[in-house]
Amino acid sequence: MEIFLQQIVNGLVQGSVYALVALGYTMVYGILGLINFAHGEVVMIGAMLTLSTLTALLGWGVSPLLALPLSIIVAMLGCMVLGYSIERIAYRPLRHAPRLAPLITAIGVSIVLQNIAMIIWGRGYRSFPQLIANHPHNFGGAIINDIQIIIFLLALGIMAVLMVIVHRTRLGRAMRAVAENQHAAQLMGVNINRVISITFMMGSALAAVAGVMVSANYGLTHYYMGFILGLKAFTAAVLGGIGNLRGAMMGGLLLGLIESLGAGYIGDLTGGFFGSNYQDVFAFFVLVAVLVFRPSGLLGERLAERA
Amino acid sequence: MKQPPKKAYTMSHTEDVLLQASRISKKFGGLSALNDVSLHIRRGEIYGLIGPNGAGKTTLFNVITGLYQPSAGGFRFNGAHYQSGKPHLLAQAGIARTFQNIRLFSNLTALENVMIGRHVRTRAGVFGALLRDSSTRDEERAITARAHELLQYVGIEKSVQILAKHLSYGEQRRLEIARALATDPLLLALDEPAAGMNAIETESLKMLLQTIRGNGTTVLLIEHDVKLIMGLCDRVAVLDYGKKIAEGLPEHVRNDPTVIAAYLGGGDD
Amino acid sequence: MFSFGKSDQRWIFWLLLALLLLLPFLTDALLGRGWVRIVDFAMLYIMLALGLNIVVGYAGLLDLGYIAFFAVGAYCYALTGSPHLTQAFPVAFPDGVHLTFWIVLPLAALIAGGFGVLLGAPTLRLRGDYLAIVTLGFGEIIRIFLNNLNAPINLTNGPQGISRIDPVRIADVSLSVTQHIFGVEFPSVHLYFYLFLVFTALVVFVSHRLERSRIGRAWMAIREDEIAASAMGINTRNLKLLAFAMGATFGGASGALFAGFQGFVSPESFSLMESIMVLCMVVLGGMGNIAGVILGGVLLALLPEVLRHSVVPLQQALFGKTIVDPESLRMLLFGGALIVMMLYRPAGLLPSRLRRRELRGDEAAAEESVYDVTH
Repeated sequence: MEIFLQQIVNGLVQGSVYALVALGYTMVYGILGLINFAHGEVVMIGAMLTLSTLTALLGWGVSPLLALPLSIIVAMLGCMVLGYSIERIAYRPLRHAPRLAPLITAIGVSIVLQNIAMIIWGRGYRSFPQLIANHPHNFGGAIINDIQIIIFLLALGIMAVLMVIVHRTRLGRAMRAVAENQHAAQLMGVNINRVISITFMMGSALAAVAGVMVSANYGLTHYYMGFILGLKAFTAAVLGGIGNLRGAMMGGLLLGLIESLGAGYIGDLTGGFFGSNYQDVFAFFVLVAVLVFRPSGLLGERLAERA
Repeated sequence: MKQPPKKAYTMSHTEDVLLQASRISKKFGGLSALNDVSLHIRRGEIYGLIGPNGAGKTTLFNVITGLYQPSAGGFRFNGAHYQSGKPHLLAQAGIARTFQNIRLFSNLTALENVMIGRHVRTRAGVFGALLRDSSTRDEERAITARAHELLQYVGIEKSVQILAKHLSYGEQRRLEIARALATDPLLLALDEPAAGMNAIETESLKMLLQTIRGNGTTVLLIEHDVKLIMGLCDRVAVLDYGKKIAEGLPEHVRNDPTVIAAYLGGGDD
Repeated sequence: MFSFGKSDQRWIFWLLLALLLLLPFLTDALLGRGWVRIVDFAMLYIMLALGLNIVVGYAGLLDLGYIAFFAVGAYCYALTGSPHLTQAFPVAFPDGVHLTFWIVLPLAALIAGGFGVLLGAPTLRLRGDYLAIVTLGFGEIIRIFLNNLNAPINLTNGPQGISRIDPVRIADVSLSVTQHIFGVEFPSVHLYFYLFLVFTALVVFVSHRLERSRIGRAWMAIREDEIAASAMGINTRNLKLLAFAMGATFGGASGALFAGFQGFVSPESFSLMESIMVLCMVVLGGMGNIAGVILGGVLLALLPEVLRHSVVPLQQALFGKTIVDPESLRMLLFGGALIVMMLYRPAGLLPSRLRRRELRGDEAAAEESVYDVTH
């Protein structure tokens, strides 16, 4: 029972990170119908920027209590600029090209970002300093520490703020309008280029925060970390119903749970043939299963292509 | 318009009714696009489908051509029953279509577009492609010849080597018809073929469709051009909000008060 | 662009053919034996790119995990031609399994093709970008399995890979040993060159024939507009599966040749970057354009070597140390190339034959821009 609870706890924490990243994918997809392949690298850059800024600030004697939030803000701003630039350079010119084209440029952007990160920050794992006293707590046998609690609550908080923005502000209305029908929104006076840019920037800001969370949780960053995380977050977005914000959140948490429980029990289920080192495989099978059996995801709408 | 091409096969039934649609309904989530629509099309006639925008005409088209599976009901075509949602089966059975928004193979030439229309009546597979044996070569020759013929038939023989995306709008519409004809259809279904055409082009299209019907192909068309419908169609059905509100001779339908009301006062253009 | 007359074209053709046949010797003489080995690897990549060209270029299916089929073929060859099975399962295979080249190669190709069907059957109906992600996932899955299937049963020997793979033997002649034919000395790398050349020619032949056939046209119809294609009677599901399986088969065959040539396989060689590099070759070449894909393959396969020999000394001279290692630079250029190609030259580096035919056949069309706006 304790193991079960532990897996649940781990799954929820990991899942909340997936949810944050999935929101970025789903927002862009809702507005542009495009899978922003480079989103995972933005997460990674967010983590790296935080690390560098933090190291610099601490080096100058700034207190950790101030340095951490400052670094996160710097990272968020940096990622927002990055997200904006990616959209302007690689996606906007191809808005009317066949769908394969922006996907290929997205792959290109992803590769470029990864390698720039590798050049700047090196090939190895870089450790993320632990700044907060990280006490473990015991919930009926499952251990959860301070950082994990913060991650989970912060993620929920951010998602709540996002929902408020999307559903109760003028900007949010504009975003939803563009997602529904770009042309009509334009006719109603919405500046779609501005809305699209803002969407990218919001997604990138979330990505930066997610990047910091992952690094804080594992104590490590690496130039390749964005790729797998991005794939899984995308799976989470699809699981929940791509284009659907609540779906992305739900999908993220659900995927975290599936992965965690799966990895925890796969040894028992397969008589020791497959171990927890196959953890990454779960996301893939979830993706295929969803796309084959329920492509609209759990909360998505059924779409038909019109002739 | 030159000598019409020969048909590649004979009709298997001598039934008068070619297509019988029975109580077709189509829902998209909560939206009911088609509601209990029944109609029948006789062999050799030109049948028109009209109605205000959003009435469900293209949806009905998509059901008949296999693109959508109906939520309820089905149809009989040339003696066989269908409910499929598999467009290529219906193309094989003898229904060919054009699209409201023109769906040509943009980066292929006009000739290649029509040659692809011959796919469904030809057989060469991977082995034929690799070996290029004599029967495959003969088939390829026949495909190319027939494609040339059809381009000439619709009047765009000069565009043979031009990429479809570089053709003018009128030429593209004709190309789509040629491609559809390449499948040797029993029923040619055209979705707003005269959209965007001026009076001269429309007249020319009318003559082409009459020639096509004269050669034994039944024609179904969605159109907004009332003059074309009146001058061309043998019978007409009217859809409004997913329901059939009238069916019959064009003059009768035109004067039907329900139809007039649906169009909000006329429909003359 | 200056044009060649018919007799000029024939001269050029024979000249190029002669150069191609003499390439190993010429390279050996001019650049050294190491470069011949590089050329051999380049040919393997070209084979891969041509195989992917069928999937992406003709049928328009974006496969981001193509290297997985290469891996399957390579491991099949490795398992059936090395001491590994003897070591892992001494009871079942006391003498190991050492099948002849002419059985192993088709077997590897077939098994890879089987994987293609397995992956394709449930997923090919997905829309382009989803298919891309799923194939990418599949590529990663294969790599993870190859990396981890060393316990509890040691099938793949995990990260260490399988080594001491039998070299290719044709008619009792081993290609890993210098041979003397008609008095001329053929070192091993030269022999492999001619073997790969034969297979590349085969793939080119098959691609060329398919391109101009009913099947090829159907694939291109699917690529251009799947709905219209199916409305014209094309069974899109079967044809997509055919393209996918053929691509997988060619990938598997190339993988087998790779294993025999290198003598060693490990999961490292089959990463996502490899898949993307092969895709890059097809994109650079202009999807569907055989000559372009070969050009793309040559450029990208030789690029790392060119970089290594130019960028490193340059940086040493300028900065005294290597700031950017050639590997990162290569990947940066790939990524940049993908972006630039899609933005400015989506039709590929070489004008496609369609474009050339069109320019020859009709004045009016020739006045349009040479660059396709859509692919």
